[in-house]
Amino acid sequence: MKLIMAIVKPFKLDDVREALVAAGVEGLTVSEVKGYGRQRGQTEIYRGAEYQVNFLPKVKLEAVVEDSAVSKAVEAVKAAAATGKIGDGKIFVLNVEEAVRIRTGETGSAAL
Amino acid sequence: MTFIKLKRLAALAIVATLASAPLAGGAFAQTTNTTEAAAATTAAAPAAAPAAAPAPAATPAKPKLDTGDTAWMLTSTALVLMMTIPGLALFYGGMVRRKNVIATVAQSFAITCLVTVLWMVVGYSVAFTNNPSAGLNKYIGGFGEMLMKGVAVDQANSLAPTIPESVFMMFQMTFAIITPALIAGAFAERMKFSALLLFTALWSLVVYAPIAHWVWGGGFLGSLGVLDFAGGTVVHINAGVAGLVCALVLGKRKGFGVDNMAPHNLVFTMIGASLLWVGWFGFNAGSAVSSGALAGAAMLNTQVATGAAALAWMVIEWFERKKPSMLGLASGAVAGLVAITPASGFVNGAGALIVGVAGGAAAYFGAVWLKKLLKYDDSLDAFGVHGIAGITGALLTGVLADAAINPLGKDASLMKQVIGVSVTIGWTAIATLAILYICKFTTGLRVSEEGEVEGLDLALHGEALHE
Repeated sequence: MKLIMAIVKPFKLDDVREALVAAGVEGLTVSEVKGYGRQRGQTEIYRGAEYQVNFLPKVKLEAVVEDSAVSKAVEAVKAAAATGKIGDGKIFVLNVEEAVRIRTGETGSAAL
Repeated sequence: MTFIKLKRLAALAIVATLASAPLAGGAFAQTTNTTEAAAATTAAAPAAAPAAAPAPAATPAKPKLDTGDTAWMLTSTALVLMMTIPGLALFYGGMVRRKNVIATVAQSFAITCLVTVLWMVVGYSVAFTNNPSAGLNKYIGGFGEMLMKGVAVDQANSLAPTIPESVFMMFQMTFAIITPALIAGAFAERMKFSALLLFTALWSLVVYAPIAHWVWGGGFLGSLGVLDFAGGTVVHINAGVAGLVCALVLGKRKGFGVDNMAPHNLVFTMIGASLLWVGWFGFNAGSAVSSGALAGAAMLNTQVATGAAALAWMVIEWFERKKPSMLGLASGAVAGLVAITPASGFVNGAGALIVGVAGGAAAYFGAVWLKKLLKYDDSLDAFGVHGIAGITGALLTGVLADAAINPLGKDASLMKQVIGVSVTIGWTAIATLAILYICKFTTGLRVSEEGEVEGLDLALHGEALHE
């Protein structure tokens, strides 16, 4: 099993979710995060006082999938989240040791 | 500054305060100053139009209370109270960081409660009644109406002869409340709550009440002919300069210029500014102390100046920064409200436009350039907006007063306004400094560094916002 962690632009969240569902991914977790990277922040000005806001709002999606489903899911995210501009985000794939469905106690792939 | 230098400075300030009293008396010895003349001719008093009522006889006839005037003044009082809670509370609250917002709104609320009691107990008497000694009455009123003792329920103050004294006292109370609340903008995010309460108590009695007496209550500035319709000197210059002194004495916030201190909720600030704007009709039009033509003129001037000032700020900001901001619109509007305050019952509509544009532009300079130039941390621009716009409006009143709007403006002069402004600045600066040092060596002024970083909500009040 693998954890697909994708950091994407917030307005792309719905597109990415739909693409993942179409790719067979049935569950995911979403969190609102801040990101710092090549997109550089923006400058806010209040009564002449300038503040460089270095962190930009991003959305992190996490989905655990079967090994065999990884490449399809990654492609789905990539296609849905891309705008072509700096700041589109990144996708990481991590190893997952165990998965458990709380209600039934199922483990492994049956828990996904 | 070393401790020794601080003590010397405090001692100097106190000596200067005590020394200035006889000096000020000497400077204005020429002013005619019987208590009755002062009451009847106080040019700056928010009194009704003066088809000159002769000075009252030894036993004055029972004053005729006017229901229209009283109704409007009751309303105005409520409007001006709303300006502080929640107007100013939200205006300031939105501009501070999230970790300090509860503490910031608590300041306005607590000041309201404290000044309410102090004003009723002693402040009002000392500001708006006559001192039995005509000489002393130039500088301070009497103690005869403390706790409103002996004030009959249908009695009127000669400064507001058509409304019950209870209503006049209440109206003036709301001014006494908002003035120290304005100062809080200068030391936002770093002042101890205990210090705030002690400071407010002392300041209200030693700075606000005397200045109110000098300009409106029968004192020497009013007798001199200084014009201040609704509080340019008494409220805004007073609070603005006191704020500057506080900002300098308390020092900069930790992380000033480096940390992100952006406003956490500009919608609060907009709501606050809007409540201030609407409430200001009570502040200015209510200062006519009557319901009629003068109140109408003051309301018109207030609106016009405010809109003009907000636009002026917006245009300057658009040029300088490429983006006009909500904070700029709100700040410009407040600057216009401040600037028109002393002029509202003296200028005509065209004059109000000029006051508005000048006030908005001057405040932009004060809040944006001056602060950066001189590098002081006036957190919410108490001096930059209230002080600077107040000075602008007070001076322009001398230039633009139109006798057709208010006959009391007939003898307006820039020079008299300069005197009024200077005396106000002098007294408030010295006395505020002294009061700050009293607080410094009793309650302490600033929160600990740890408290400042943690946030005043938790550090001072044990409260926090939750998602």
